[in-house]
Amino acid sequence: MVEQMMEHPFLKYLRSAMIPHIWCPGCGNGIVLNCFVHALDELQVDLDKLVVVSGIGCIGRTAGYTNTDSFHTTHGRALAFASGVKLANPELEVVVVSGDGDLFAIGGNHFIHAARRNMGIKVICANNFNYGMTGGQQGPTTPLESLTTTSPYGNVEHPFNLVHLAAASGAIYVARWTTLHVRRLTQSIKKMLQKEGFCFIEVISPCPELFGRYNKMRSGLEMMEWFKKASIVESFSDPAKAEITPDRLVVGEFVDVEKLSYEKLLHEKISQINEKAMEKVS
Amino acid sequence: MTGKRALLTGAHFLNGDVACAEGAIAAGCRFFGGYPITPATEIAEHLSQRMPEFGGIYIQMEDEIASMAAVIGASYSGLKAMTATSGPGFSLMQENIGLAVMTETPCVVVDIMRGGPSTGQPTLPGQQDVMQAKWGSHGDYGIIALSPCSVQEMFDLTIEAFNLSETYRVPTLLMGDEIVAHMWEKVVIPSPDKIKTVNRKKPNVPRDQYMPFMPDDDLVPPMACFGEGYRFHATGLTHNERGFPQTSSSEVQSRLVRRLCEKISRNVDKIVRVEEVMLEDADVAVVAYGIVARSALSAVRKARSEGIKAGLLRLITLWPFPEGHVARIAKQAKAIVMPEMNCGQLVREVERAAKETPVAFLSKLGEDPHTPKEILEAIRGNC
Repeated sequence: MVEQMMEHPFLKYLRSAMIPHIWCPGCGNGIVLNCFVHALDELQVDLDKLVVVSGIGCIGRTAGYTNTDSFHTTHGRALAFASGVKLANPELEVVVVSGDGDLFAIGGNHFIHAARRNMGIKVICANNFNYGMTGGQQGPTTPLESLTTTSPYGNVEHPFNLVHLAAASGAIYVARWTTLHVRRLTQSIKKMLQKEGFCFIEVISPCPELFGRYNKMRSGLEMMEWFKKASIVESFSDPAKAEITPDRLVVGEFVDVEKLSYEKLLHEKISQINEKAMEKVS
Repeated sequence: MTGKRALLTGAHFLNGDVACAEGAIAAGCRFFGGYPITPATEIAEHLSQRMPEFGGIYIQMEDEIASMAAVIGASYSGLKAMTATSGPGFSLMQENIGLAVMTETPCVVVDIMRGGPSTGQPTLPGQQDVMQAKWGSHGDYGIIALSPCSVQEMFDLTIEAFNLSETYRVPTLLMGDEIVAHMWEKVVIPSPDKIKTVNRKKPNVPRDQYMPFMPDDDLVPPMACFGEGYRFHATGLTHNERGFPQTSSSEVQSRLVRRLCEKISRNVDKIVRVEEVMLEDADVAVVAYGIVARSALSAVRKARSEGIKAGLLRLITLWPFPEGHVARIAKQAKAIVMPEMNCGQLVREVERAAKETPVAFLSKLGEDPHTPKEILEAIRGNC
């Protein structure tokens, strides 16, 4: 008897024509995508009203893999592009999925300003501590003394603490998880998708092929073991004190507040002005 | 998003930047994303006031890179979108102008040219960005660039720029200069029903069969927008007709990039506009564009009064280059005179098209444009 192939229940969320994906064995990006898709499913998000935007880098391919309207921008510009999308049609749910290099080095300026404006964009950042797509170079989150292909003597640059940066820039929701925390990450994405305003989730994600290879964690499993050993779940602790060190990975939610979103403020203003303009004409 | 239209009509005394902004609104533009820069700032200022009256969006982005990215995003969300800048900002925009070319995004970029390179002379005019307009972003592509010579044309050509960008799904550039942007002139604005506006083609296939980059016979693909249920993908990577990345196929690269060039080059006759003045029997033809063409016209008239058979070919479209028009007058004229406010940019295209006919180039930098007298002397010297 030939067993009938069952269709994967989440296939409708993915563009099967774009699969197989390009990600390496042991990479955490698949877990990030999986958690994202789970959150969409649990919330029954209207896929016709969802736009997934990404920049350049390994995780940047996510936009192409999700079966929604999607756009793969130039390097670093996902948030600036997404701002135009959200303002032009505020009914759309706009999610940016991108990496630490894309969002915080070349795109750093766009990040702080989108957060400052409280633009209604939901950001998932896979932080793998290096530039994976180009072969493992040092980046804005590479820990001090880590080895990469461009810091062969050990990194001398202080890294960003992304959750602190996001909180200080004005994000209304800030969380950090690792790819080990799949359930909590999924819940966090669900929560974020139900908020109005600029939200940010950092996902510490293994890159065993490059970052791990140069830093004595040659497999995805070894990297996950580091996450397990070093991560401490703390709810609403001070993001300023959540700097990542080899011994300490503070995860959890850091910020969850309400603040009027940019698009709401802008469109309220527009309707007031519009009414006045109509009066003037009539 | 709909507002009671209080569009300007009738005769008004405006500066070029304001005329451009009003032209954008008349064309149906409902998104402006920009960054302040002299001498284009008044476009942003005016639109910050006017856009909300029409239910449109004005946003000042953090830089010109972001401005151009936001414009592309807004266009994909279905609004007609534009930005306005000058040289330094135009340089920053090149990255995402390339993205707009690759993703075939209708949008308008206004570049009010000042003196360069770098920060240069912010308050003085120039024509130093006209090659950058064509070649500024990396890779091969076709693009459309228009050159207004008056405040009236700052209004008219802004509308034309939107219409062309919507027709060909290509970023369209309005290459003004500091003088046409800042001078005040009478502008006559027709009633809204007399203004021709064009909207992008929409798909007419079932949603699951839509291929976002499958062109029609005119080489332009119909465009769905986000939120309409087509669930399509677009990328700056080389992509096939479905919008999927094809980064190692030379066939897909060739098919896509050649189409991006040919959708403009094959439609040159429909796109290109020039103004021809007294060229029928001209021995000396002046080729000029933008504010310089105004001096050139005076010079040509003066030459005629002296009995010299001079004429003017004013380029309204800079890109695609009106090669056919230049070639035709070059066959007839004994010489061509070309004044430009740069060290010699578009003159190279003129020389290429003119073949054997000598081209006298008049360069001017860092001050007022050529005087009619300077151009007249060149006409006298080449007749």
